Amino acid sequence: MARKLPMYKAISEAIAQEMERDENVFVMGEDIGAYGGIFGATTGLLEKFGPERVRDTPISEAAFIGAALGAASKGMRPIVELMFVDFFGVAMDQIYNHIAKAHYMSGGQVKMPVVIMTAMGGGYSDAAQHSQCLYGLFAHVPGLKIVIPSNSYDAKGLMISAIRDDNPVMYFFHKGLMGLGWMPSPPEATVEVPEEPYTVPIGEAKVVREGSDVTIVGVAKMVYEALWAAEELEKEGISAEVIDLRTLVPLDKKTLVNSVKKTGRLVVVDEDYRSYGMSGEVIATVVENGISLEAPPVRVAYPDVPVPYSRVLERYVLPDKEKIINAVKSIM
Amino acid sequence: MEKVEEIPKETLLEIYKTMHKIRTYEETLAEWYYKGKTPRFDISAGPIPGELHLSSGQESAAVGVCMHLKPEDALIGTHRAHHFAIAKGVDLKKMTAEIFGKATGLSRGKGGHMHLFDANVNFSCSGIVGASFPQAVGVGIAAKLKGEDYVAVAVGGDGAANQGTFHEALNLAAIWKLPVIFVIEDNSWAISVPKEKSTAVAKNSERAAGYGIPGVSVDGADVIAVYEVAKEAVKRARRGEGPSLIEIKVYRLRGHFEGDPQHYRPKEDLELARQKDPLMNFEKLLLEKGIATEDELNKIKEENIREVQEAIDFAVNSPYPEPEEALKGVFTGGE
Repeated sequence: MARKLPMYKAISEAIAQEMERDENVFVMGEDIGAYGGIFGATTGLLEKFGPERVRDTPISEAAFIGAALGAASKGMRPIVELMFVDFFGVAMDQIYNHIAKAHYMSGGQVKMPVVIMTAMGGGYSDAAQHSQCLYGLFAHVPGLKIVIPSNSYDAKGLMISAIRDDNPVMYFFHKGLMGLGWMPSPPEATVEVPEEPYTVPIGEAKVVREGSDVTIVGVAKMVYEALWAAEELEKEGISAEVIDLRTLVPLDKKTLVNSVKKTGRLVVVDEDYRSYGMSGEVIATVVENGISLEAPPVRVAYPDVPVPYSRVLERYVLPDKEKIINAVKSIM
Repeated sequence: MEKVEEIPKETLLEIYKTMHKIRTYEETLAEWYYKGKTPRFDISAGPIPGELHLSSGQESAAVGVCMHLKPEDALIGTHRAHHFAIAKGVDLKKMTAEIFGKATGLSRGKGGHMHLFDANVNFSCSGIVGASFPQAVGVGIAAKLKGEDYVAVAVGGDGAANQGTFHEALNLAAIWKLPVIFVIEDNSWAISVPKEKSTAVAKNSERAAGYGIPGVSVDGADVIAVYEVAKEAVKRARRGEGPSLIEIKVYRLRGHFEGDPQHYRPKEDLELARQKDPLMNFEKLLLEKGIATEDELNKIKEENIREVQEAIDFAVNSPYPEPEEALKGVFTGGE
């Protein structure tokens, strides 16, 4: 049976169902126990599974993320929460030099079924150290799968896939999609979620709106900005196709390329920093595939500045519906 | 060394054999390392390219600890880990082939000397200083959650004890009472920086007090002393009584890496290392106490020389991996 669930509940339900199915699954992180996760992603788990399998950690990201590696090497399937992705710096060695590389460096002897889930995104004046997306940084490193759900259905299905994957998966959730009472979230992100466990395959993008004149590509919250832009553009006779990538690694090149082949125009919307990131990768993928474009591709990306605090400043730099509309119009 | 009489002769000979095998291995590897690197030293040339950190002089730490470990116990070593690998029972032929970058290596040539993995005996190591400590904590969590009695040993040098990971991991293992043994292999040098200029306490074992766990310091010149200290720590971990910290004072007989001119190192320090040589000390002890005869030890030496030579031959005669192998194995399953 399906019922509407906010994303945070969809994620915690996915984890709970996998913990019931497989005793090797356990969770560690800061405030993931009694608090239920600062963004609610582990709501109710402590009560269900107790403190051995739902471990509140000290503020020691390097230690508990490194511990996830050790536990995985012994057949466990740890889920660790990095409270804000902005905090990765203190633990990055364990993530990119160890968890990401262990399978390759060991010649396949060691498997790393680790899920690192983490909160990303701004829009609520949390400023430079609590608002970043940074998925491009992790996607750059070989050995990490990267998933980013935009709604509660995908959130549950991608979490179950991530837990069952024998590779390390970075699971990004956007704070502004979680459906928390205290954080603005578009109502569209809260959708029907089946009660039974199901998977959304890692590596499959989704065409969330069909169109014929331009392809708009994004993830997470930018999917909604793109959809809202597409509605406005429709009124002006421009038919926009919107793709939710859902996974950055491995990238669903086929869906991307097929769409741009059809529309001949490409706009990439990226809440992560503009340079050397997702937007560039998406454009390069299309260009490398020899798609002849009717106009140069355009990026609506976060400019290369730290996230500012003041509401007016942050709104100025965040990609949004208006910027997408302007970008599309500039290449029509 | 008063405990030596209480230890069975076969155990003592096993300790000797493994220590001597390690020394033979390292010194043989050094010879091979310089092939193709003379007269001009070029780190990328020769049958063993890249950095090579040898463990000669530090055998007692590895053997004293690993004598108490079973294959299912995990050991996570450092960039200088051949001695622990051998003592833990890593396949010597495959390990050597890995160091030579061959297709028959532990990781088919993708890991190399600093990144040796042998899942059969739960051995791994890393080129990043201080990385082992949190990982051992995770093995401890797994043991606890699965109700198994295996333990985890994390090895780090005296330099690693100044990394944040060391302190975070000790705290985590202590609050969760995990079966982890933290080993600081103190060879006095973090490459060129002496311990007294980098470490705020005289002994890293003192730092255990900060985490409410036992901390013991032991002189690695005496392998039996290491053996006894490690025995207690491993027993304690297996009994579910939590982690311990052991500092083993060892003496580096060679440079930080091969090719290290060691101009920073006083002559007396190297002289001290020679005096503290745990292999020579132990050999002397075995003979003086009449525990073993020269003939017995010579036989062991010959066996070791043969085994090391076989490993080298295996590596040298093995093929290199197909170049395309480089693109395989980033992820498991597909790709």
